[in-house]
Amino acid sequence: MGKVLGFLTRTRGRGGRLHWTDWASYAYLGLGVALMFGPVVWLLLSSFKTEAELARFPPRLLPHAQEMMTLPGHDDPLPMFVVTDGPLAGEQVAQVRRIGLASQVVRPEAPDEIIKIDISQREPVEEIRFAWENYTGLFGEFDFMRYLWNSTFITLTATAIMLLVNAMAAFALSKYRFRGRGVVLALVIGVLMIPQTVVLVPLFLIVSKLGMYNSLWGVIIPGAATPTGVFLLRQYMLTIPDEILDAARMDKASEWKIFWRIVLPLSAPALAVLAILAIMWRWNDFLWPLIVLSENRNFTLQLALNTFQGQLSTDWSSLLAMTVVTLLPIACVFMFLQKYIATGIASTGGK
Amino acid sequence: MTKNYLATTALALLAGGAGLQASAQELRFMCASDGSECDVLEELSQRFEADHPGVDVVIDLVAHNTTLESLPVQLAAGSGPDIAKVTDLGGLNPYYLDLAPYVDRDYWEASFGDTLGWYRKGPEDDGIYGMHSQMTITGAYINRTLFDQAGIEVPAEDAGWEEWVAAARAVAEATGTQFPMAIDRSGHRFAGPAISSGAKIFDADGTPILIDEGFEEFAGKFVEWHADGTFARDVWAGSGGSSYADAASEFLNAQLVYYYSGSWQVQRFDETIGDAFDWQVVGSPCGTGGCTGMPGGAGIVGFKHTEHPELVAELIDFLAQEDNYTELTARSLNIPAHLAVAQKGVAYPDASEQGEAALQAWGEQVTKLSPVAYDYQGYVNNRAMFNITLARLTQAIVGELSVENAMARARDDLAELLVATGQ
Amino acid sequence: MLTVLISRPLRLIDWPLSALQRRLGTTGVAWAFLLPNLVLFGLFAFLPLILNVVYALTGGDQIMLEDRRFVGADNFARLSSCENYLDPNSCEKDLFWRAVHNTLIFVTLQVGLMVGFSLLTAIILNRDIRARGFFRSVFFFPVLLSPVVVALVWKWILQRDGVLNAGLDALGFETFNWLLHANWAFGWSIFLSVWAHMGFYTLILLAGLQAIPQDVYEAARMDAASPWRMFRRITLPLLMPTMLVVLVLALIKGVQTFDEVYAFTGGGPGSATTLMIQYIYETGFGGMPRLFGLASAASILVAVVLVALTALQLWANRRNVNG
Repeated sequence: MGKVLGFLTRTRGRGGRLHWTDWASYAYLGLGVALMFGPVVWLLLSSFKTEAELARFPPRLLPHAQEMMTLPGHDDPLPMFVVTDGPLAGEQVAQVRRIGLASQVVRPEAPDEIIKIDISQREPVEEIRFAWENYTGLFGEFDFMRYLWNSTFITLTATAIMLLVNAMAAFALSKYRFRGRGVVLALVIGVLMIPQTVVLVPLFLIVSKLGMYNSLWGVIIPGAATPTGVFLLRQYMLTIPDEILDAARMDKASEWKIFWRIVLPLSAPALAVLAILAIMWRWNDFLWPLIVLSENRNFTLQLALNTFQGQLSTDWSSLLAMTVVTLLPIACVFMFLQKYIATGIASTGGK
Repeated sequence: MTKNYLATTALALLAGGAGLQASAQELRFMCASDGSECDVLEELSQRFEADHPGVDVVIDLVAHNTTLESLPVQLAAGSGPDIAKVTDLGGLNPYYLDLAPYVDRDYWEASFGDTLGWYRKGPEDDGIYGMHSQMTITGAYINRTLFDQAGIEVPAEDAGWEEWVAAARAVAEATGTQFPMAIDRSGHRFAGPAISSGAKIFDADGTPILIDEGFEEFAGKFVEWHADGTFARDVWAGSGGSSYADAASEFLNAQLVYYYSGSWQVQRFDETIGDAFDWQVVGSPCGTGGCTGMPGGAGIVGFKHTEHPELVAELIDFLAQEDNYTELTARSLNIPAHLAVAQKGVAYPDASEQGEAALQAWGEQVTKLSPVAYDYQGYVNNRAMFNITLARLTQAIVGELSVENAMARARDDLAELLVATGQ
Repeated sequence: MLTVLISRPLRLIDWPLSALQRRLGTTGVAWAFLLPNLVLFGLFAFLPLILNVVYALTGGDQIMLEDRRFVGADNFARLSSCENYLDPNSCEKDLFWRAVHNTLIFVTLQVGLMVGFSLLTAIILNRDIRARGFFRSVFFFPVLLSPVVVALVWKWILQRDGVLNAGLDALGFETFNWLLHANWAFGWSIFLSVWAHMGFYTLILLAGLQAIPQDVYEAARMDAASPWRMFRRITLPLLMPTMLVVLVLALIKGVQTFDEVYAFTGGGPGSATTLMIQYIYETGFGGMPRLFGLASAASILVAVVLVALTALQLWANRRNVNG
């Protein structure tokens, strides 16, 4: 408790009282927490609702489902209602069937005695129930582990290739002076401005001519050289003093060794940022894999997610559950690496 | 040790990347469905495999959008699956495998005479390309319980749009229901009512015109009914471009009296509404052009580039056999397009009484379809025309364009389409 | 173990590269380092761009280039045929110009709000705040979400029977159909993209703030400068280089906005939230007929605008730094 108080009353470091700007700051941050996390929490709760509960207005915070009761003489469990009006008012009854505006119900004590009431005189009895079947259904319905493996494979391989290729280019562009460097740099920045969506069709033609259609490599390779990556890494490598490199050259180290043994380790924070960005991009990538991969066995999680949207209807309950499932790994990666994100971006973007 | 480890990892990575080597006779079947259709197809394919040792039919489940947007690009680049369930029936014609050399033409013509033409390039084409597996028809549902509560008579079978509008508004008012009417956001859905109001879609020699007096008249009313709150604005005005939207959740929640959609909703309504209220199929309202909805649906086709054309044809022919077709239709709750099956009638074991009645009612609606509707559904570039209708009408509904301007723009779009496709 | 695993194959690269270095000198090595990247760029970035130009100069709805007929600058001419550029209805391709207008307004507001809120958040996070790491992560968290999920979440909240309307209803207010009114749908689209991306820019700005030496402030405090004055005279000027990075990145990403808004509103109501990239996507790919030529021509126009904008900013920066 004292700790909480200490947290709340801590000021800008001096004195003891909170300045009004401190109050304002914490208020802003509190609002931020609600605004940034709230929607995702809502998504999480919604993913535990049944299809009928999802369609309900006004929506309820926690997932509910109608209580069902198995009574002797009836094969299926019957939905429970509470009667609001008439001679049975206040009693709980189980509904056998409904015909038009009339409802045939029985009391749990006397399951054979059918009573007719008006449908406006009853209200469903509901209990809080998490629809785990939204999740368990995912694992039963399709080859979930296969998609998870594909997503993981694409993400990790593409990130590794991208880091190496981009770091090499960034090294050349930051640590050598040679003819044509300006041109290459300009081209890199130029490519930064072309969104992939715009060149989708020609890109697809090239990839299928190279025989990478419907292969995970068709997703991995085309995105391996990203202008953003080269740009970020170069900016960082520029800050590494040339003297260190020269000293190594004196010791007859090869250029590759200099890159591998000196420059790469020194660029670790920038590499960490790029790694996180790359993992994020690849994991969430949708449009490109959608076009390149056509067979189910090569699908990624994001593509599997998409199959819940039919031509004419959307399977919301499975879709939401699947969304949460695809979100989890990236959230975990983030939690482990969030320190690096902060320090890494701090050391690259600020320059 | 290290080397071994390296080698195995490399191998594992390669295997993961390249996928398993394809077996000698593998057929890839791209399938997208709203309900259980692909599951049933998979089961039927397994029976086919049992008769054909060494053949492996692999069903690739995809989203419907994939068959509309990615599949054509894949096909144009010479790749893609061997078989697919498609909805752009005429548009993909250049890539279809002609099944005629491999199947019994008489059987196919007798069984699928009405729908074979939808897959052809034009009237001079007599190839057999696809099996229409999912026959759909557009039309309306009403929430019968709301009508009963309001004590308002359900309009007669030959009632026109005006009568339905008046009835639906009266019911909504009496029962405090949020929306009197709604229609799916789709150019295909709009076509039925337009044709019923006298739209001809094509001129005398078969060139598409889309906009004519009948079309424009219904478009005008349609926009008006959106302005006065008869139609749920959310559905059409809530989106842009060619994106699809429906009002099924409003209907399921009993917030909607009259819902113009189509036969494919039966399965979902049957499952989700349960006994919350009674619902009923009422078909399409009448006008000077008849009381027609639009036929439609999806079919199974093979592609030219396949390495096993004979097997592809054999599989599709297998699915088209009467008993298999009946099973597919019954279990996926569809209306049969196979004439003999339709004649005998299909029993739907998985449907409730209400669902079964609805499916039968849809089956009866098929007889009311106008020839214009059939032609439109069979026209190669109809999907582009649906999209034009959709984009321009929405602009009129949200007030970006007047109805006349929207119609003029639609005419221009159509002209551009005809130039681009070289017709 | 792991280091051995990685360094073995890398030593294999060392040998040919050293040989190259002996023959060509350091310049040659530089190109060797660049080579993999250039090959990938060439194949998957420049070649598509060139093909794009070919598409832009041809017509028809065929994908394969050999099936397309040459039409010259016809696609560009049709895109730019307009009586009054301020009134899309007077243009031949009215939807293109609507998209242009929407994108201009969208980018202006979005970049402004994005930079504004990122700066505010960064400044607050730069104060002596408890649990800074936690709050920093909170603001960064949405950056991790895929655009489709972002759109899904907010659509889920804002739709007619969504939770926001339920809240309004419970408080006794009239419910409102947010995505049905052009201006609201547009406003929410901006909100959503700021929500999704501001965390990234906040971190960059925060880093910039932390790089400002404390003694500068101490000196100002000695002179009894007001906080506002310190902000204007010290913080802002010293933060300028970082601000520029943020501005350029935000601008480029802003013009490229597509997935999240497309999945959120579908470009509607009508064409109220249709942005450039959506127009290109729908014309060339999503919609039918597939007018690749028109789409490619539009994309080339966008690229030209982007290059010009960036050049302008870099030029302004250089002038700032030098002057």
